[in-house]
Amino acid sequence: MHWLKRTYDWLEFRLKLEGPIKDTVLHPVPKNTASWWYVFGSASFVLLLLQIVTGILLAIVYVPSAGEAWNSLQVLNQQLPLGWFLRAMHGWGSNFMVAVVLIHMAQVFLFGAYKFPRELTWILGVFLLLMTLGMAFTGQVMRFDQDAYWGLGIGASIVARVPLIGGPLVDLLLGGPIIAGPTLTRFFALHVFVIPGMMLAFAGLHIWMVVGLGINDWPMPGRIVRRSTYIQEYHELTHKDGIPFVPGAVWKDMIFSAAIMFAVALCAVFLGPFGPTGFPDPTIIQTVPKPDFYFWWIYTILSFLPENLETPFILIAPVIGIAFLLALPFFAGEGEKSWHRRPIAVLSITVLAVGFAVCQHLGAYTPWSPEMQAWSGDTVPVHYVQRATPLGRQGQIVFQEKQCRNCHMIGGVGGQRGPALDGVATRLTYDQLVRQVLQGGGNMPAYGKNLSPPEVTALVSFLETLHPDGQLPARDASQQFISTGELNPPPPAQ
Amino acid sequence: MSDDKAVSRRWLMMTIGIVLNGAVALLIATPVVGYLLGPIRKKGGYDSWIDLGDTSQFPLGETRLASFINPGSMPWDGATRKAACWVRRTADQKFQVFAINCAHLGCPVRWFPQSELFMCPCHGGVYYADGSRAAGPPPRGLFTYDYKLQNGKLMIDAGQMPTLATSASVRKESSECTG
Repeated sequence: MHWLKRTYDWLEFRLKLEGPIKDTVLHPVPKNTASWWYVFGSASFVLLLLQIVTGILLAIVYVPSAGEAWNSLQVLNQQLPLGWFLRAMHGWGSNFMVAVVLIHMAQVFLFGAYKFPRELTWILGVFLLLMTLGMAFTGQVMRFDQDAYWGLGIGASIVARVPLIGGPLVDLLLGGPIIAGPTLTRFFALHVFVIPGMMLAFAGLHIWMVVGLGINDWPMPGRIVRRSTYIQEYHELTHKDGIPFVPGAVWKDMIFSAAIMFAVALCAVFLGPFGPTGFPDPTIIQTVPKPDFYFWWIYTILSFLPENLETPFILIAPVIGIAFLLALPFFAGEGEKSWHRRPIAVLSITVLAVGFAVCQHLGAYTPWSPEMQAWSGDTVPVHYVQRATPLGRQGQIVFQEKQCRNCHMIGGVGGQRGPALDGVATRLTYDQLVRQVLQGGGNMPAYGKNLSPPEVTALVSFLETLHPDGQLPARDASQQFISTGELNPPPPAQ
Repeated sequence: MSDDKAVSRRWLMMTIGIVLNGAVALLIATPVVGYLLGPIRKKGGYDSWIDLGDTSQFPLGETRLASFINPGSMPWDGATRKAACWVRRTADQKFQVFAINCAHLGCPVRWFPQSELFMCPCHGGVYYADGSRAAGPPPRGLFTYDYKLQNGKLMIDAGQMPTLATSASVRKESSECTG
């Protein structure tokens, strides 16, 4: 083994790395920060490395040309040994990375780690989050399938709403007048060179500061952060009750990172790569574009915003959100770190997490999108047909043929854009049904010009039968008096 | 020679070095900004007259899908050089040519001849046969292309993906009253 030692000495004499590395691995950390709560940052970095390695391996084959990108992905998926697996690792790695980065950020926020002296670490972290999301979006473009194509269209339509410079911004985003070759190449440059380069630099600085300033101490209720005393207190904490980072804390990081990598690999093997979906031909309009998993919440928000709020919200909310995150360590840089004494912080995270989860859930099944095939694909439930009068059956034909089904469910099948119509007769009277069909309202178009009077009569005759057994249809209480003439004055005596 | 003087001379040389490098960087970088901003053109700057084919393929009273090759496409654009539009013939010499892109966020709208509606698969925008907004989130009706008839051919003024900012035809439309 003597030669090994000699080689080491030869290298070390020239590299002089032993000192800094020793300082880093042996730097003391507070004992109770060697916790399973402190593993998400390192896991994010390991996932970044995974993305870089798998990304380079994919770049060996991928062709960043609008005409060929989709085909090269097919070759990766179908023909090259393990090409599908690398695509799957890269795709699932990105999903895991977004998730782990978000968890890391929530944990750092709840543990008050952004407070003095770690403000800049937090700010770099905010940029790293934005770049992670940027990689997710540009990565979706790399797939260059129908979802990517129309996703770019959505991006362009959002950018177009910027006042004054909207038009030039669209040109810049697309690299020309339309989504085509120049669009893909500029997103390729962003995805492969610009953002990853910045991410590595930012992540390097981020970690440099974590080591230099020391890991955030475990928050204790009543242990207040003050700029004047914190450094002294932290020094005492690490030197009286500290353990060396290696191996005291690092083993949990390593086990968690390994578990995450294993999870990515499991997902990749069993669930496979993402797409590509349909061929990116803009004249194929039989497509239902949908963003990737990480942007479902935005998809939800965009479909629920009232029309007049949409543009201001899209343009202003992200700016306020990012400004708030960047400003956070400056207006809350001191004080309590413990979540036991920070009810607003806990409440914010809870509200955000619940809101995010709800939006993601809705984005998973997009109830606001019409089912474009429902009118011709879904049948009228048999029991409705069996009971129907001849006029009602005509109404059922109108109901199907005029695409009502695309937005309205009956029998649990159909679109969910509008309300399900199974009990509609208990909610609306005959006259109200006629009015709704003719004039529309809310998110329903007016069918007045698109249906003939007999069609309306037939349709409403069918809708009138849509009520549960034993529950009468809604009716206008005044109608019976008018029809029986009860309220009419008695005829004058002759 | 005193040390002070030597240092200040070296500092002067370094300052000259910095200024020189700055000047060279500026000289090289300025044209590069032009390179980066290259795609920007004024509204309608990408548009030209495109032949959609013989008017006889568009029957009176019907709305048909038509496709065309975008002018100024790159050789490596593949299928994305193509674009689609909806052509509605309202009279012998009268047409309406709608962009395929929903005015909300650009998804491709589909025409349903039975109910005479355009529906968008993304957020449920709906338009009437004449392109006006019927329901859902779109802030306006469908984008339209200007057209002209030449030797029995239908020509449209197109070339750029229509959005709220880039659609060349927007300014020509009277501002609709969205009640």
